[in-house]
Formats: sequence, structure tokens, C-alpha cells
Amino acid sequence: MTRGERHNFRTGLFFALPWFVGLSVFTIYPVVASLFYSFCDFSVLQSPIWIGSENYSRMWQDAVFWKSLRNTFFYAALSLPLGMAVSLGLALLLNTGVRGMAAFRTIFYLPSIVPVVAGAMLWLWIFNGQYGLLNWALGPVCRLLGVAPPAWFGDPRWAKPALVLMSLWGVGNSMIIYLAGLQDVPAELYESAELDGANWLRRLWHITLPLISPVIYFNLIMGIIGSLQVFTTVFVMTGGADGSPSRSTLFYALYLFSTAFYDLRMGYASAMAWVLFLLIVGLTIAATKLSAKRVHYAG
Amino acid sequence: MAIFLRNCKRQLDPPLVLASMGAVMRLLLVGIVVTLLGCGERPDGKVHISYWEKWGGAEAEAMQRVVDQFNRSQNRIVVEYLSIANVDRKTLVATAGGDPPDVAGVWLNNLYSFSDADALLPLDDFIRADGFTVEQWQARYYLVYADMCSYRGKIWGVVSTPSMTALHWNKTLFRAAGLDPDRPPRTLAELDEFAEKLSKRDPATGQIVQLGFLPQEPGWFAWSFPQWFGGRLWDGTNITIGTTPENLASYQWVAGYTQKYGLAQVRAFTAGFGNFASPQNPFMNGQIAMVFQGVWMNNYLRQFAPGFDCGVAAWPTAAPGLENFSVADADVLAIPRGAKHPREAWEFIRYVSTSNPQAETVSELRGMELLCFGQQKNSPLREWSPAFEKLHPHPQIKLFRQLAESPNAVHIPKISIWQEFSREQSQVFESVRLLGATPEEALAFCQNRLAKSWELQSRSFARRQADVKP
Repeated sequence: MTRGERHNFRTGLFFALPWFVGLSVFTIYPVVASLFYSFCDFSVLQSPIWIGSENYSRMWQDAVFWKSLRNTFFYAALSLPLGMAVSLGLALLLNTGVRGMAAFRTIFYLPSIVPVVAGAMLWLWIFNGQYGLLNWALGPVCRLLGVAPPAWFGDPRWAKPALVLMSLWGVGNSMIIYLAGLQDVPAELYESAELDGANWLRRLWHITLPLISPVIYFNLIMGIIGSLQVFTTVFVMTGGADGSPSRSTLFYALYLFSTAFYDLRMGYASAMAWVLFLLIVGLTIAATKLSAKRVHYAG
Repeated sequence: MAIFLRNCKRQLDPPLVLASMGAVMRLLLVGIVVTLLGCGERPDGKVHISYWEKWGGAEAEAMQRVVDQFNRSQNRIVVEYLSIANVDRKTLVATAGGDPPDVAGVWLNNLYSFSDADALLPLDDFIRADGFTVEQWQARYYLVYADMCSYRGKIWGVVSTPSMTALHWNKTLFRAAGLDPDRPPRTLAELDEFAEKLSKRDPATGQIVQLGFLPQEPGWFAWSFPQWFGGRLWDGTNITIGTTPENLASYQWVAGYTQKYGLAQVRAFTAGFGNFASPQNPFMNGQIAMVFQGVWMNNYLRQFAPGFDCGVAAWPTAAPGLENFSVADADVLAIPRGAKHPREAWEFIRYVSTSNPQAETVSELRGMELLCFGQQKNSPLREWSPAFEKLHPHPQIKLFRQLAESPNAVHIPKISIWQEFSREQSQVFESVRLLGATPEEALAFCQNRLAKSWELQSRSFARRQADVKP
């Protein structure tokens, strides 16, 4: 390294320093500390006392822990495939090149930039059991079937499906990523497939999906992480970390939060955070392995 | 790395970089100097203490008036009032970080959990240093308020925003139902009977359009129903929520309302309830005829339902000997451990907790009475000045005073796991009212869970005591 290169390296390092400091202080240190705390009796207000694996063994006997895990997986299992299908579907529609496409793209992306809290308040009214827009629309169908429209957040059976429906509101981000992927698919492949007589469905299955498979894989991983960590919307819509009604919306992150900040059991909450981390790592590895043969990277 | 270096070379002009670095360093230096100045002695020579409080709106304005009055009353201390959302969590984090406010306005339940975690300073020494005995200090308050501030034999906080609850009823709906508008239900049986008379269904659809009473509206005091029935949630040593027959009876009563009116019907009816602080509040818009509400309700009625003809009385008696039952609550002022000016913080807290018993006019009100007058609440102090009593803006304030005096007034149990306790208890309430579990099942689950949690907490507390002793 010449003198000039060393100088430039130091300068570069100086400008990157805030990021290094931020990463170390606000990410690496808390992550490492939380691993240590997960083996401690720790309330934040007092120094931690080492208790070995007690926090982890307690989790096995904690019925509410399992309930929160079940709720979270139920939500993820519904919202993830539904969200991916809807965002891909929208991206396909928005990639057709019809007139006013820019306006349509903007409209479908707009909900993603609406603040979460504002969106949640809006959806609370949409889901209102008596005056809600959704039940107003469902009313005729329900009357035809002779059933009462769902009370949504007033009914433990319908609260999670309501949140799944609401999660579709925020598909704009993954839709944009799909759209970027779709625009990278070479047009000549479609042309040759058309010449060979392939219909729309065959072109989608044999050209589009294989070529955007890295994007699908990316959205899948992000979706797994996001749906297992769902918090803000539920916190706002159900009025706190109780998981109302009757713990039907008590998701993992909510239980972790109330354990840490309401019950002051930061050690147990840290152990829960590490279990969630390991679950996400495990699911990511599984998704990577299962999709390895189906994800095609160009070049 | 080579690419990075090449890019650095290409994009960065060395003199420009040096100039930028110099500017950044100067800015940092200025920042450090300003910060240091901010932490040191103030130019006015006074001690500035920080006070974090949760309230905005009318409550905050009333407290700001007391702060201003205190700041004017002497020339040594300046209280800086800061309204903060989630004040409990922020106080927790700031205390853990060693930089708490001098005075924290926290929730009552925080007093027990924070003091068990050694995060608060006990106030006993301050009280004694001011020439009071702890007993004298406590005797100034109505028993229920005095009791809520003492825990494990020490005083940890001082009441700042007191309240009592009462039965509120809609006199217009009483008249329409043929009931005497000035005669509230006095017993539980009468409450149920009146509720039935005040309930209406749409003759065409059979849907509920009005209910006399619903235990879940607003449901804020549902935790106290077992005590209202004469039961106990905790006996000072053990969790008793699932082992007391009266507790079971209270939840059977709750389930009875859903059974009587029908789960689907009640669900459809309550789905349209609006927010508490809005004209769509089901009590204010006549959907519910009777509710348990706090002394603050008068403020909201005036704001959202002017002209509402409201009656206020003690809770109906649900168990023999438990007349004038009421739920007392309060926010508390406490001094977090690590506060930089505890002595000055105490001076402010003492000021807030005293009054001018001779006050004849509003302008003569001081400390606690100025605060409670501004917030339109009852004073927790036994002695009320003539001005406070006669000029109080709440038309039924005397009733709330009687309720504060009542030996059957209760407050939340003094247990450091109350957050968890109330959460578990609200699960019992929800599952019972939604008929998702029988009261027996729900209480057994709750008892088991809370007993384990309490055992864990006790073990943790003992561990800490052992850790401190050597």
C-alpha cells in the first residue's frame, strides 16, 4: 500500500466510522449481551445473576409461550403464501404495459408508505363488526347463507384471519421487487415461446417463474422473517400486548415484549428472542435447501 | 479493497476531505462543550430538577400550574416538567442507564415492581427529616390512598392524580324505562333487575339496541369484581384468585350477562361501540344505561355529551357488609434511584402533597388541592379547604369524598407482578364473558400460572437479597 493509498484508506475509514460504531454499539453488543442475559435472572434494573438454562427450560412448561408460537405460525402460514401470491399477481398485472401503468403502480404501492399506525386505525373501522365497510359488503352474502357476519376483532376465531387480510395492505414493497424482477426477464424468450405456441400460463410457468425465482426466494425469506416478527399492527389494533380477544392475537413478539418491558423479565425475554432467532435461521436454511433446485441465477 | 481504494482516490479531493474533517471535528467539539454546559451549574444559580409525567391535556395543564406555583414559591429549585409517553418504560430504561429524572410520575403498579427491583428511593428518611413521623405523614391521607403508597414497610411514592370510581347512570333512560331517575340500584340484585328493565331489542330483527348494564363496558375495573363480591386476589403471601369462592361467584355473574343476552347478540351490539373519549362512547350515546366510571367522567360528559343527565352513586352492594365499595386509583410521584437531586425532588413532591387548608378562594388553593381542582378530581387528603369543597367544578365531588373515606374502598393488590397478574386476570374475564371457558376452568388456569410466576418472582427476590447481603 502506497502512502497515498494509506491516506485514502484512513480517510475512508474515518467516514465509515459512524457506521462501524453504530453497528458495534447498537447491534453487535446488544445481540451478544442478550445471549448472555438469556442465561441470567435479569430485570434491567439490577445486575444480572447467572441461572444457567432455567429460562430455556421454563419455556417448555409455559403454556402461553406455546400459544404465542402457535398463533404466530398460524398467521405466518396464511399471510406468507397469500401475500406472495397477491404481490406477484399484482406485479404481473402491472407489468402488462397498459395505458396509465405508472399511475396504477403508484396507487398499488401507496398503502406501503402509509404509516403503520394510521393504516391500523383505518382497518379497525373497516373491520368494525357493526358499522365496518367489510361487513357491509359481506352482509348480503351472509344473509343469503343465513349466517351472521364475523365480529372480526371481537371474536377469537376471526381476529387472526382479520390480521391476515390486513397484511395484504402492505404487499406494495414485495410487489415492487417482483416488478423489478419481471422487467429483467428477456423479451426474446417470450417471443420465441409465443412462436412455439405457448399460451400465457405456460409462458408464466416455464419462463417467468424460473427467471424471477431469485426474487421469489428473496421475498420468501423476507416474508418468513417479517411474519414471525409481526408486532406493530397487532399492538395498535388490539390495544396493547394482551393479544385480545382471549389471546387469539398474542403473537410471539408481543409476548416477548410484555415479558421484557411489563414483567421486567429481560432474561426470559432474551431467551425467547434467541429461540425465535434460531427458528428463523432454521426456517431460512430449510427454505434455501428446499428451493435450491428451483432457484435459477442468470449468468 | 483495491476497488475501494481506487474509488476513494478518484472521488475524494484531499484538501476538501481535510476541510470536511475539520468541520466535523469542530462541530463535535461544539456539541461536547454545549452538552457539558447543559449538565453543569445553570446561569441562574438554581438547581434544576427534571420531572417526567405521563399526562397531556387538562391533567398536564393542572400539574403545570402546580409546578409554576412551586417554582414561584421559592428561589432555589426550578422544576422542569416534561410530558412523556410511556413514562414507565422510559423511566425504567433511564434508571437502568443511570440517568433517571429527579421525579418520575409513574403508574401505581410501578411502585411495587420498581421498588422490588431497587429502582426507587424510599421516602421515609425524607419524611422524618422534615419533622414528620411516617405515621403522621400517612394519617394526612384517606386510608386507601395512604395504604397504596406503602410497600414492604416503607413509603415509595406520593399520590399525584387520585381517583375514585362510582356507578354512573343515564337518568333519561331511567325515566324512559319507568324507573325513578334519582334512585340508583343499591344491591347487586337491583343492578341486574334494573339492567333487565333498561334493555331493549329491535322488535323486527331481535337485535339488541340498548342494554342496562354490561360488565365489560368499560371493563377497566373488572379486576376488582372479585373483591366487590367479597373475595380476595392475593392474601399478602399467596395468590388466591382461583381458591376463593367469592371470586368464582363474581365470574359466574359476568358469564351470566352473556348467557342472558346471547353471545352473538352481545358481540354484534358491542362491535359498534366507539372510543371512550368520543361522542360514540356507548354510555354517552345511550347504548348502555349504567357503567362504573371514575371521577373523571364528568369532564368527558361535558366535552362529548353536554346536557347529559347523569346520576352518580356508590357501587351497588354485592356482598353483605361491603357497602360503599369503590375502586381507588392514583398516579404516584417517586424518586428513581440514581436521581441527581433527590433532596430537591423531595421538596417538590412534598409541596405537591400539601395544601392550604384555609383557602377560601380558588387563587388561594395550593399544591394537591390546586392539582385536584384543575383535574376536577377528589383530593386524597383528609383535610379539604373551604374553597376546594365549595367551589369544586365537579357537581358530585362530595360523593367521591365519601367513597374515599369508605373502609370498603380498594386499590390494586400490592404485588410486584401486578402487570402480569392483571393480564392473566383480564384473560379470565375475557374467556368467561366470551363463554370460551367456564369460570372454574379459567380461574384454575390463572391460579396455576400466577402461583408459578409468584414463586419465580419470590425466588428471584430472595436471590437478589442473598446477592446483596455479603
